[in-house]
Amino acid sequence: MKDTVESFQTPDGRTIGGVMMEMKHITLRFGGVVAIKDISFDIREGEIRAIIGPNGAGKSSMLNVISGFYHPQEGEVWFHGSRRPSMKPFQVARQGIARTFQNIALFEGMSVLDNVMTGRLTQMKTGMMAQAIWWGKAEKEETENREKVEKVIDFLEIQHIRKTPVGRLPYGLKKRVELARALAAEPKLLLLDEPMAGMNVEEKEDMSRFILDVNDEFGTTIALIEHDMGVVMDLSDRVVVMDYGKKIGDGSPDEVRNNQDVIDAYLGVAHD
Amino acid sequence: MFYREAGDFSTTYPQDSQTFPIRFDRYRYYAVLVIAFAVVPFIINDYWLNAIFLPFLIYSIAAIGLNILVGYCGQVSLGTGGFMAVGAYSCYKFMTGVDIWLMGADGQMIQYALPPINIFFSVILAGLVTAAVGVLFGLPSLRIKGFYLAVATLAAQFFLVWLFNKWEWAYNYSASGQINAPTRGFLGVDVTGPATEAWATYLFCLMFVIGSAVLARNLTRGSVGRKWMAIRDMDIAAEIIGVNPLRAKLSAFAVSSFFVGVSGALFFSVYLGAVEVGEAFGIQKSFLVLFMIIIGGLGSIFGSFAGAAFMVLLPVLLKNTLVGTLGWPTDLAAHIEFIIVGALIVVFLILEPHGLAQLWRVAKEKLRLWPFPY
Repeated sequence: MKDTVESFQTPDGRTIGGVMMEMKHITLRFGGVVAIKDISFDIREGEIRAIIGPNGAGKSSMLNVISGFYHPQEGEVWFHGSRRPSMKPFQVARQGIARTFQNIALFEGMSVLDNVMTGRLTQMKTGMMAQAIWWGKAEKEETENREKVEKVIDFLEIQHIRKTPVGRLPYGLKKRVELARALAAEPKLLLLDEPMAGMNVEEKEDMSRFILDVNDEFGTTIALIEHDMGVVMDLSDRVVVMDYGKKIGDGSPDEVRNNQDVIDAYLGVAHD
Repeated sequence: MFYREAGDFSTTYPQDSQTFPIRFDRYRYYAVLVIAFAVVPFIINDYWLNAIFLPFLIYSIAAIGLNILVGYCGQVSLGTGGFMAVGAYSCYKFMTGVDIWLMGADGQMIQYALPPINIFFSVILAGLVTAAVGVLFGLPSLRIKGFYLAVATLAAQFFLVWLFNKWEWAYNYSASGQINAPTRGFLGVDVTGPATEAWATYLFCLMFVIGSAVLARNLTRGSVGRKWMAIRDMDIAAEIIGVNPLRAKLSAFAVSSFFVGVSGALFFSVYLGAVEVGEAFGIQKSFLVLFMIIIGGLGSIFGSFAGAAFMVLLPVLLKNTLVGTLGWPTDLAAHIEFIIVGALIVVFLILEPHGLAQLWRVAKEKLRLWPFPY
């Protein structure tokens, strides 16, 4: 897997395209604390890219840089072959990047349907006047988007809780609703921050299946952070390993697994 | 038994997202409309109009407006009284003819008075002016939240009242500092001034109430409403799905202030007729409308009506009972009334913190199954 390769086939027959997003020498500091130190990696079109590392390695900070919450002091973010200027999160969202959060960030006061519908906000364009009158344009747009949302709801098998307020749902379902909201935006790049945290084995299997299906059916590029090594090694095409804000490994799951630095970071090194 | 949703199937998405998806609700709504338009105007008299209907209708509009800001967008505001004053004074200027200073050809300033505008359009224009002022005072919301924002909007309240006390142009240089609504008609019927018919003013206000409720409902069920609610529930997540917080918050301030301004305009022109700003639009008014939406239910259009009805009807009811039925002295009754209203509010908020709208929702759940326990 050389960077020069335009596209290639994975062992299971999916096509992975050229570079979609490239992080170049990103450094992020909070005062004297260096959260990310000179990290470069790329995300290719159609792949599942995992970011792993011990706690406090800077994985979530990296995701926050991609989604525009943090602005790195040094380094550049390249998206679709051009350098991305410093952007606010909502501008990043409009570029086709959606994400989920480590600790669920749903709108508790709204129903599941409304939550997923918010995922379509970037696509809904009617002005306030048209909406106030509702007839015609606004209603038509609402219906069109509702159809798209219902497809996502079907896909993630949450039809039965459509009208339930999100606050009443159990944890596993909330995670799924959050994924639905991100998917409703039809993103080109989907960022998942620990999609399986706090789940039991069965729920993890369900979630893994959904992630693979999303990648397979919609061709969505996925970057995910996850602590469950079994899941990461099974799902992802390539893995970035971070430790203390530095990149210590990058490559296919097998390459990463046999990387001495990675083993040291996870298992510790004998100091003699 | 009385309230059924069985057998009511939505087969299209528009059907599913309509305001009253359940047939029973829909018929009840039509029934209320028919009574309001076709029955009440024939039986209404001055007492019912001034004690109950006008305040209820006008406060409903204000409550809908504030509910959009506080209940739907989560931005606390204590400036309602001030914004109502903006509505009242701009309505006054529009209905008496705005005088503006223009630079003449020879460099001299000449005063030019626009012709008076029809009262209907004056009220709407007053709403638009208030919307602009609301956006201006909504700017701090981009930086501050919660209680701190409430304090910032309190500044709007005091500043606006002060402004309309001092700025003589706003009250047409009248000696008393008051504004008086001249006689104005709509469709050939007088709706402001000293000699109006009860049914005419009632229908005039009702029209605005229905209009406001429909517009507010449409806004809150579509994408604009979802943006507001997203900001309310979790602003970080709202931003990540593409909501521009600046536009969402300011649009909430604009729409909210529009309705509050319309209500202020009607409060002055149709209801009171003469207004002294500190008295009519003081801080008490801000709190009154805030209580209405808290008691009625935040984030609910029905709650705005319920809250307005509660706060308007309860004092009238108490007064009639204490003075009329029990024969207590008026001054004693007035004080007892305060105590009872206050105590009821406290009791009510402890028992049902989500307001009358929630009570209604619970009642509907129960009615669905009645007479069976589950």
